[in-house]
Amino acid sequence: MKIHEYQAKEMFSAYGIPVDQSVVCRSVEDAVKAYSQLDSQRVIVKAQVHTGGRGKAGGVKLAGDEVELRKHVANILGMDIKGFIVDRVLVGQAVNISKEFYVSYVIDRRTKSAILMLSKEGGMDIEEVARVTPEKIHKIVIDPSIGVPDFLAREAAFNLFDDIKLVRQTAGILQKLYKLFVVSDASLAEINPLVLTNEGNIIAIDAKMTFDDNALFRHPKVAALNEPTEEEKKELFAKSKGFSYVNLGGEIGCMVNGAGLAMATMDVIKLYGGNPANFLDIGGSSNPNKVIEAMKLLLSDKNVKVVLINIFGGITRCDDVARGLLEAFKQIKTDVPVVIRLTGTNEKEGRALLEGTDLHVANTMGEATQMAVDLAKQLQN
Amino acid sequence: MSILIDKKTRLVVQGITGRDGAFHSTKMKAYGTNVVGGTSPGKAGELVDGVPVFNTVKDAVYETGANTSVIFVPAPFAKDAMMEAADAGISLIICITEGVPTLDVVEAHNFIKKKGANLIGPNCPGLISPEKSMVGIMPTMIFKKGSTGVISRSGTLTYEVVYNLTANGMGQSTAVGVGGDPVVGLYYQELLSMFENDPETDSIALIGEIGGDAEEQAAEYIKNNITKPVVAFIAGQQAPPGKQMGHAGAIISSGAGTAAEKIAAFKTAGVPVANEPSMIPELLKRKM
Repeated sequence: MKIHEYQAKEMFSAYGIPVDQSVVCRSVEDAVKAYSQLDSQRVIVKAQVHTGGRGKAGGVKLAGDEVELRKHVANILGMDIKGFIVDRVLVGQAVNISKEFYVSYVIDRRTKSAILMLSKEGGMDIEEVARVTPEKIHKIVIDPSIGVPDFLAREAAFNLFDDIKLVRQTAGILQKLYKLFVVSDASLAEINPLVLTNEGNIIAIDAKMTFDDNALFRHPKVAALNEPTEEEKKELFAKSKGFSYVNLGGEIGCMVNGAGLAMATMDVIKLYGGNPANFLDIGGSSNPNKVIEAMKLLLSDKNVKVVLINIFGGITRCDDVARGLLEAFKQIKTDVPVVIRLTGTNEKEGRALLEGTDLHVANTMGEATQMAVDLAKQLQN
Repeated sequence: MSILIDKKTRLVVQGITGRDGAFHSTKMKAYGTNVVGGTSPGKAGELVDGVPVFNTVKDAVYETGANTSVIFVPAPFAKDAMMEAADAGISLIICITEGVPTLDVVEAHNFIKKKGANLIGPNCPGLISPEKSMVGIMPTMIFKKGSTGVISRSGTLTYEVVYNLTANGMGQSTAVGVGGDPVVGLYYQELLSMFENDPETDSIALIGEIGGDAEEQAAEYIKNNITKPVVAFIAGQQAPPGKQMGHAGAIISSGAGTAAEKIAAFKTAGVPVANEPSMIPELLKRKM
């Protein structure tokens, strides 16, 4: 789950991580009010959207007076940045930057731990740095049973500074950021750039935090900050009904039990010359209500011309699935042809139950996919 | 020999009195797995299908000599269950639970390794050594004893592949579901190495998916360390970037972790990659 820069900065402040002074504004008048509150002639106006590349898109501008401020805020509010419409800007004191650094904590799959990444190449695209000059990124694996003790924080900070005063300041920030990362169940806590100001202070002038979806159940305040896109709302709705859904845009809707098998089904549809309309994992249940909700969701997509149901019943019994489907089709009337493949526990009983219905029954995944692709082609002609 | 579980496995089921724990414990026992006990705090003395319930894993180990545990405990409590098992001296811990917070897995895994034990999962279907033992939720009727080792991040896709293998007369030595989460315990390299050293395994089927770079690392490892034939299938060629595809670990992040890259890595390492699951048996036969 993502949050905005200003929300991340609020979290940073709560944990004692120094940030630039800033105010979130939703209108030009808000911004003018903020300008008078901020102790700075020069301010920076930053679009608040859930995507990177704001600067390149013209969503980050410096203003030296109220006239410039009004102009920039008016331009940036309502701007479309990679499909996100800006409805908030962050107006903050422009800082006199002496040096810029990169600092983040992220989960690393390889080491199965959190790692601390630091670099003197701050204020840049870190992926670019990783690609071109990987040796400029320092990585420290964090042992979860000890976290970031003073010695480790210092060792890390010595990668960025030689001056012991700056090292100690930075070390403190690194410890606080780790604490925030762990306590909030983040998957990323990034400061890019962490700056050394001309006045000798170290502050975070940008902040990015993303959170582990699996942990949101124990962070209701964080979960409340979620701002899903229209597409994400559909995906969340599906989750609330007990299945996973991602729209893909093709004409063959699919419903499968198991994420890996669902991904493989999408791939095989494409292999056989069709286009998957979606990814849908209904999990291990033959509950008719789930099947009904899933079918409704699939059929609400007007691009769907054929539905392919691919079930490998392990613990889930094929006859239970068949009964669920029959129940579902009593409630949903549709002209969209449905191909169903049932294999596994009680497959014979399951297939028998579906005889005499309009459902096209296949025995193998390949057969079912070919049927669905052929039906879709027929309907297109 | 098979790997990890066999007739010597003595299994304790954590969460045995819950709906899933009880259901699967009965199935495992019916298959012939040596289910020696279960745990549920406060329910010591009860029996689940003849299996004694203990308050703690420590008690279970003391009374039964359990060496393996399977966890059917809800996500908020899974870390605690994993750590309890390791602390009690269990050497192989299989966590079935989906939805465990990643930092919980990081902490539990770290502790488990310090105790000299191994973790499989979380968010996995478990593992099976046909005709010897099954730990987890695998549908045993599709498996057949044989000599192909199977390693997979998936559940039902694993069954699809195994179904095809069995239908083609290629039984399995051991099939391991490593789980669909971003951070899991035993993964490709450890299992490939175990299969390489297992006299009962003569070939390996590897089922991967989008997200992370474990497949790329595995490809490199196979090139340098594995002599037995390996064939792969990678799910998610049609997955759009940035979307989590069901499994918490199945996500293409910042352009990395695509199926195309994984397929290319395997091909470079001389590992044939099937276009669809049903092609795996033929590709394996050709390689042997």
